[in-house]
Amino acid sequence: MNSNVVTVIDLMKHYGEVKAVDGITFSVKKGEIFGIVGPNGAGKTTTIECLAGMRKYDSGSVNVLDLNPVTDSKLLKERIGLQQQESEIPDRLKISEAMLLFSSFYHKVLDWTDLLKQLNLWEKRDAYFSSLSGGQKKRLFIAMALIGDPEVVFLDELTSGLDPQARRSIWELVKNLQEQGRTIVLSTHYMDEAEKLCDRIAIIDSGKLVALDSPSNLISMYGGFTRVSFSVKGKFPADFFARIPGVESTKDADDKCIIEVSKKSAIVEIVKALDGLNQGLDSFQIQAATLEDVFLNITGIEVRD
Amino acid sequence: MKNAIAAIAKSEFILFIREPSAFFFTLMFPLLMMLLFSSIWGNDPFPEMDFGYVDFSVSAFMGMVMATAFLMSLTANMAAYREKGILKRFRATPVSPSAILTGQLLAVFAITLAGVFLLLVAGFVFFNLRFYGNIFEYIFAFLLSAASIAALGFIPASLAPTARSGAVIANILYFPMLFLSGAALPRSMLPDFMQKVSLLFPLTHAIKLMQEVWLGGSLWEHPDHIAVLSGFILAGLFVSVKYFKWE
Repeated sequence: MNSNVVTVIDLMKHYGEVKAVDGITFSVKKGEIFGIVGPNGAGKTTTIECLAGMRKYDSGSVNVLDLNPVTDSKLLKERIGLQQQESEIPDRLKISEAMLLFSSFYHKVLDWTDLLKQLNLWEKRDAYFSSLSGGQKKRLFIAMALIGDPEVVFLDELTSGLDPQARRSIWELVKNLQEQGRTIVLSTHYMDEAEKLCDRIAIIDSGKLVALDSPSNLISMYGGFTRVSFSVKGKFPADFFARIPGVESTKDADDKCIIEVSKKSAIVEIVKALDGLNQGLDSFQIQAATLEDVFLNITGIEVRD
Repeated sequence: MKNAIAAIAKSEFILFIREPSAFFFTLMFPLLMMLLFSSIWGNDPFPEMDFGYVDFSVSAFMGMVMATAFLMSLTANMAAYREKGILKRFRATPVSPSAILTGQLLAVFAITLAGVFLLLVAGFVFFNLRFYGNIFEYIFAFLLSAASIAALGFIPASLAPTARSGAVIANILYFPMLFLSGAALPRSMLPDFMQKVSLLFPLTHAIKLMQEVWLGGSLWEHPDHIAVLSGFILAGLFVSVKYFKWE
């Protein structure tokens, strides 16, 4: 038995002269939350659309649930769910009517009333689509992606344009989907989201895969050093700490010392040294590398909203 | 998938009722036109004929309902769905384009029947409308006409990329067809040349066929109209199946 539910080999898709996806290879294991991250225009949506049977690709091979998304599109769509980045249903359709309508498209369906309750939309069941807020629309589209009781759920930019609270509740929801045994493939350009949510992450840039691993491995490989910054009363040269083993660089910035360390033990030594100085500490921060740093180090691009 | 077609038809019908302008132009406008012209001309038999204005023109007003529903409503709806990405949302599901079009079509057909029902009630109640034909032949002529106008509507409905372009194409087809086909005014009032041009439109043939059968003629005396209407059905199906655009 193959435990990979998605296998992509050397996927290519051009739009005219533009190479949207330029030779991507990866696979997704059953039951994992797999993230595709990258800046806008990196090829995330095109990749997901090729997997979900929405788009013909130029070359390469794609296999989802042992089906070919192009030739077995109809069979595949019975078993997957897709939440699209930009999507709409008619303005004057009520939420309950939309759920009933989409339920009719699948052979096997989940109870739409339960889905609306789970997604906190039950109170809105008699509201028109046009009256929903951005977060409610997003949740509705997730509900619609789940109607067919999918084995693989594709979520394209699932929290873009949402406030922090709404994002957090959607993260919880995605974790629940994983607990139910579903496989999730999501795309995002929020690094914190990818880091918190995903078991493994593919970083793509300009249509190419540039890194693929778990968030913690990516951070330890590409994140760079942990940063210790502090300020003490009176002026104090940062290079005082340079001799401590594991300290990689020191810098004076404004009234702060910033020290990059490659070993945890160095942090202890810095604290000891500070204690010995008895100069009075104003602030002390340890900043571990994040996926944001990984992305910056690999692609040289700062991720922006 | 039968289930899906019924569900699409049902929700489209509900959406139609919630759209006041479509509701007015499809159901009320032809009725008002019929009431206006019929109250001017009445339904007394024409000299040396046994039928009057309303008997003669009720089929034309039915054609008007068909054209408005199948051409204007269907095209506007599908083009807007395409532009807003609603069709793309449907595409992410196992539902087929033919199920979407069939569902839409059933809803529009139900609306057409409602419009025709209003015309007939008004005709019988206010104008002493008389039917001279064979009812089964008339139903056949009516269904063939509706299918043909629907097939013509399929072409812009399958292709128009935006609501605006859909409206433009529908208008270009709709208004000449309305004025030349005998729906808005009798074709005999048109100059010869325009009468010939009017034969390009399926609505002209639809109205002629329905009128002839209504007034007692036989379906089989008009193979020309039947052939043209059937041709439009095939052409519309071909274009919509082959060139249907999701986005």
